[in-house]
Amino acid sequence: MAGDTQQTGTEYIQHHLTNLTYGQHPENGWSFAHNAQEAAEMGFMAVNVDSLGWSIGLGLLFAFLFRCAAKRATTGIPSGWQNFAEMMVEFVDGTVKDSFHGRNPWIAPMALTIFVWVFLMNLMDLIPVDIIPWLMSLGGVHFQKIVPSTDPNITLGMALAVFGMILYYSIKVKGIGGFVGELTLQPFGAKNPVVQAIFVPINLALELVGLLAKPFSLGLRLFGNMYAGEMIFILIAMMYSAGWVLGTFGGALQLGWAIFHILIITLQAFIFMVLTIVYLSMAHEDH
Amino acid sequence: MNINLTLFGQLISFLFFIWFCKKFVWTAIIHSMEERQKKIADGLDAADRASRDLELAQEKATEQLKEAKQEASSIIEQANKRANQIVDEAKEQARAEGDRLKVAAQAEIEQEMNRAKEELRNSVAALALAGAEKVLKANIDESANRALVDDLAAQL
Repeated sequence: MAGDTQQTGTEYIQHHLTNLTYGQHPENGWSFAHNAQEAAEMGFMAVNVDSLGWSIGLGLLFAFLFRCAAKRATTGIPSGWQNFAEMMVEFVDGTVKDSFHGRNPWIAPMALTIFVWVFLMNLMDLIPVDIIPWLMSLGGVHFQKIVPSTDPNITLGMALAVFGMILYYSIKVKGIGGFVGELTLQPFGAKNPVVQAIFVPINLALELVGLLAKPFSLGLRLFGNMYAGEMIFILIAMMYSAGWVLGTFGGALQLGWAIFHILIITLQAFIFMVLTIVYLSMAHEDH
Repeated sequence: MNINLTLFGQLISFLFFIWFCKKFVWTAIIHSMEERQKKIADGLDAADRASRDLELAQEKATEQLKEAKQEASSIIEQANKRANQIVDEAKEQARAEGDRLKVAAQAEIEQEMNRAKEELRNSVAALALAGAEKVLKANIDESANRALVDDLAAQL
């Protein structure tokens, strides 16, 4: 266990779940929050520096790695990294072709970005929970959450972008009239205009719930899975301070959970990508 | 776990990375992959075509060989026939020549024989006459006996 030996278990967990937040505090002005309470008091005008930093860093890593592959892309025999990048591209392209039936050149690159980026963010979960916060604390930084996808801001931020794209393409493909019609004239429809007028608010309520559920379920699913996984890693890490018997047992547990988690992080990245493709495919479908 | 500006930070960087991926990554990789696919397809096509060509050429070669063999055998047959014909002709000619020679020889022999006979006959007639003259010495009428002697000579 890192940090002070006086820490209780609860404090240890809370410490691990607190972001490094920079924002406008009502009393201290623009500054780093010194504890979770101060971070909460900052309200909306704050940035989780660690989440966003790791997220953008991993995004840049993705951009750099795949840019390397794209620069060296030849029509000859691919080798090494290019091979792997092409494998990913082909896999994503296949998935997009399977689920997306419209013609939109942005869908496939978006799917690749989501899959690799979310995978990299999830992958940070496999780094033992204490290493980087400890290194950071040596540098005087007291809070550090290194898995961006355990921060709802990150997952909901991406989901919100997807939601924006759903709205944009719905209106672009179907027109405003078509989109509003889709929200109000189904699932219940009637020939009689009076009955139809009664159905409109019911349909709107149902369809709005369905529409809003898309980004929320998308963002919260990824967040929930990664948060739970992170929590289990933290709980396992607590065993290391409880003597060498429990510590050894904890080591075995951590290894087992990490191996199982490899499946989860890949699966969650894939699910996020596929759901995004499906939602956008639905947005492109004209009834 | 407060919802704050991080949300929009992530949203904007997400859009940026999508743009980057589309502009600098996806197009290049997909393009080169499609190009390679086309190249491979072309290569396979060419291989197919080449093997088809080879088959065709082999067939043609076999056919030509067969034709050549046929021609050769027909030429040999013709030559044999012609040789036989020549031999036959030569035989025929030889036979004809032989016949001709034989006939000529026979004719000559006959002629010689006739001449000899004539000579002999004349000689016998003269000899008989001389002999009879000598033997008889008498006055035998020469003309009376003449027919008899000629008759005798003709029988020779």
